[in-house]
Amino acid sequence: MDPLIVTLVTFDGAVNWTVGFLTTVAIFAILALALNVQWNVGILNFGVAAFFMVGAYVSAVLTLPAPEGLESYVAGWGLPVPVGWLFAAAAGAVLALLLGIPTLRLRDDFLAIATIGVAAILRSIANSVEGLVNRSRGLNGIDGFLESEFAGGGYRWVELVIALVVLAAVYWLVSRGTASPWGRTLRAIRDNEDTAKASGKNTVRFRMSAFMLGAMLMGLAGAVYAHRSGTISPLTFSDLLGTFFVWTMLIVGGSGNHRGVVLGAVVVGFFWFGTPLIQESLPDWLGSRVHQVRQLLIGLLIVVFLLWRPQGLLAERDRVSRFVTEGPPSGHEDERRVWRERLRSALHR
Amino acid sequence: MGIIVGSIIALGAMGLTLIYGVLGIGEFSHGDKMGWGMFLAFFVVSAEGANLGFAGGRFGSLSFGWGLVVGLLVAMVGVALISVIMERLVYRRLRAAGGSFFIFAIASLGMSIMLRAAIQLIWGPSNFRYTPGIHPAIEIFNGIKVKPDQFFIVGVAVLAAVLLYWLLYRTRFGKAMRATADNPGLAEASGIDTNRIRMGTWVVGGILAALAGVMLGLQAEVRFDAGFRLLLPLFAAMILGGIGNPWGALLGGLTVGIAQEVSTQWINTGLKPGIPFVIVIVVLMLRPRGLFGQTR
Repeated sequence: MDPLIVTLVTFDGAVNWTVGFLTTVAIFAILALALNVQWNVGILNFGVAAFFMVGAYVSAVLTLPAPEGLESYVAGWGLPVPVGWLFAAAAGAVLALLLGIPTLRLRDDFLAIATIGVAAILRSIANSVEGLVNRSRGLNGIDGFLESEFAGGGYRWVELVIALVVLAAVYWLVSRGTASPWGRTLRAIRDNEDTAKASGKNTVRFRMSAFMLGAMLMGLAGAVYAHRSGTISPLTFSDLLGTFFVWTMLIVGGSGNHRGVVLGAVVVGFFWFGTPLIQESLPDWLGSRVHQVRQLLIGLLIVVFLLWRPQGLLAERDRVSRFVTEGPPSGHEDERRVWRERLRSALHR
Repeated sequence: MGIIVGSIIALGAMGLTLIYGVLGIGEFSHGDKMGWGMFLAFFVVSAEGANLGFAGGRFGSLSFGWGLVVGLLVAMVGVALISVIMERLVYRRLRAAGGSFFIFAIASLGMSIMLRAAIQLIWGPSNFRYTPGIHPAIEIFNGIKVKPDQFFIVGVAVLAAVLLYWLLYRTRFGKAMRATADNPGLAEASGIDTNRIRMGTWVVGGILAALAGVMLGLQAEVRFDAGFRLLLPLFAAMILGGIGNPWGALLGGLTVGIAQEVSTQWINTGLKPGIPFVIVIVVLMLRPRGLFGQTR
């Protein structure tokens, strides 16, 4: 029997699995929320894995002790973990700034194209430049936050609490951001960029700020991930898990709605990390192909949701401000609602 | 060497630029369609194909025979069919609902994941070759060695560019395609069946993707993610050549291919994938319409 199944049939095993699962999902939920911040203003970021990776590596090299023996990486200053987090977030924002300067002023589609390759390039840099981040050997022995204080045991729970606290903080930040004048401007830019420009908004600067905020949070998620797993290598940050997986969470959960995005992370995460649990009980022809099948389904979920439930599990609420209790004021054409109706009629044509 | 890789990139970029230009869709699954073309041809030339009587034989000093020609045809039909099914089931519905570039891009991303996963499901994650063994290179001059297959690849790319140009600028169908690209509403009002044109565009784009995929398989290894890995060079070539411009795509592809290979003289080989990205950024900053793009 699969050792995983054995761990699950015992109570402790099930609890342990759930704690680990929730920690992972919380980290992915941060990524999805961050992506939502960017997507909400019409920024198509196909390079989530790149920002995730930069955050993880920056925090890792800053907090690791100086390299010895065969190891070779920069920094290694042994800084405290929270400092690593801060720099990770800053690194994500800087990467966004570098990418955004040439592309954000141009057509919408160019940023998407520019971002598809970034993760692959960062992976190849990490893999091929000697003395930067240990190349393909990866970085090992990254300290967990407060790990030494809980050396006696129960650190899994601490990890879960850390991930949830960061998630809660990020959720609070993006919710406040969306509800603020800044967030309203971003929605206005998304719905009609020309009108926003005519109202005197510097749309490039607003979109850049959203791009950087999202990237910052992705970098933070990367740092949380690195200190949780203890080991990172270029292979960890695949396009599939680092980028496409997060997009599926966003589309399934409901783009534009923060609660929906977190729900999407839980649902898609359970689908992905839960399938190995039933692998043993599947017939052999399917069981041996579980990885490919679930990958196929990840892609299928995106397409199916775009076609039949473009608003996601939880739709974005149409409101201008929480002080306006009725629906959207007359004349306000909510793009998503109109899109939904048009799609419905198109499907029944 | 750069010219060979460049020709393959050019073939892919021609399909990409056509779809982008006529349909306004950033086709992020184009790389994986190349992957499908590569594997459909592999199916024909491999053992399974041999049972059906398609293998064996070689043309002169080329590494392949009739098997690959049949494989190429199967790949072109297959990938064109995949493209048409995608248009019919997904893109047409999204378009009818008024989907934006973003919606198309995300949908094509979803389909890219599906296509790649399907290749892995059927053929597994291993690497294959069309014809096993070493194919000797011929020295042409001053120690520059070229494999006969590589002449074939460059020839296919140039021929495809000529045919695509002829189709776009010398036939009624091409005229209708360009009309649809410029203004779909007006094209429809002038009696052009835009749905048929779109289907035709997908068929041509699919054929080009299949060609690119088979050439890639001929040049390198047949691998499930080989097409996907080429996606950024494809987009770089398209942007460099100006969107919707077949000659631009050919020149852009060659430029990207040569730049990638030449760069290894100065930089670490592992950093080669970064070259197309640098090209994209530089072109976007200096000439967003592409080096060979005309201003409308």
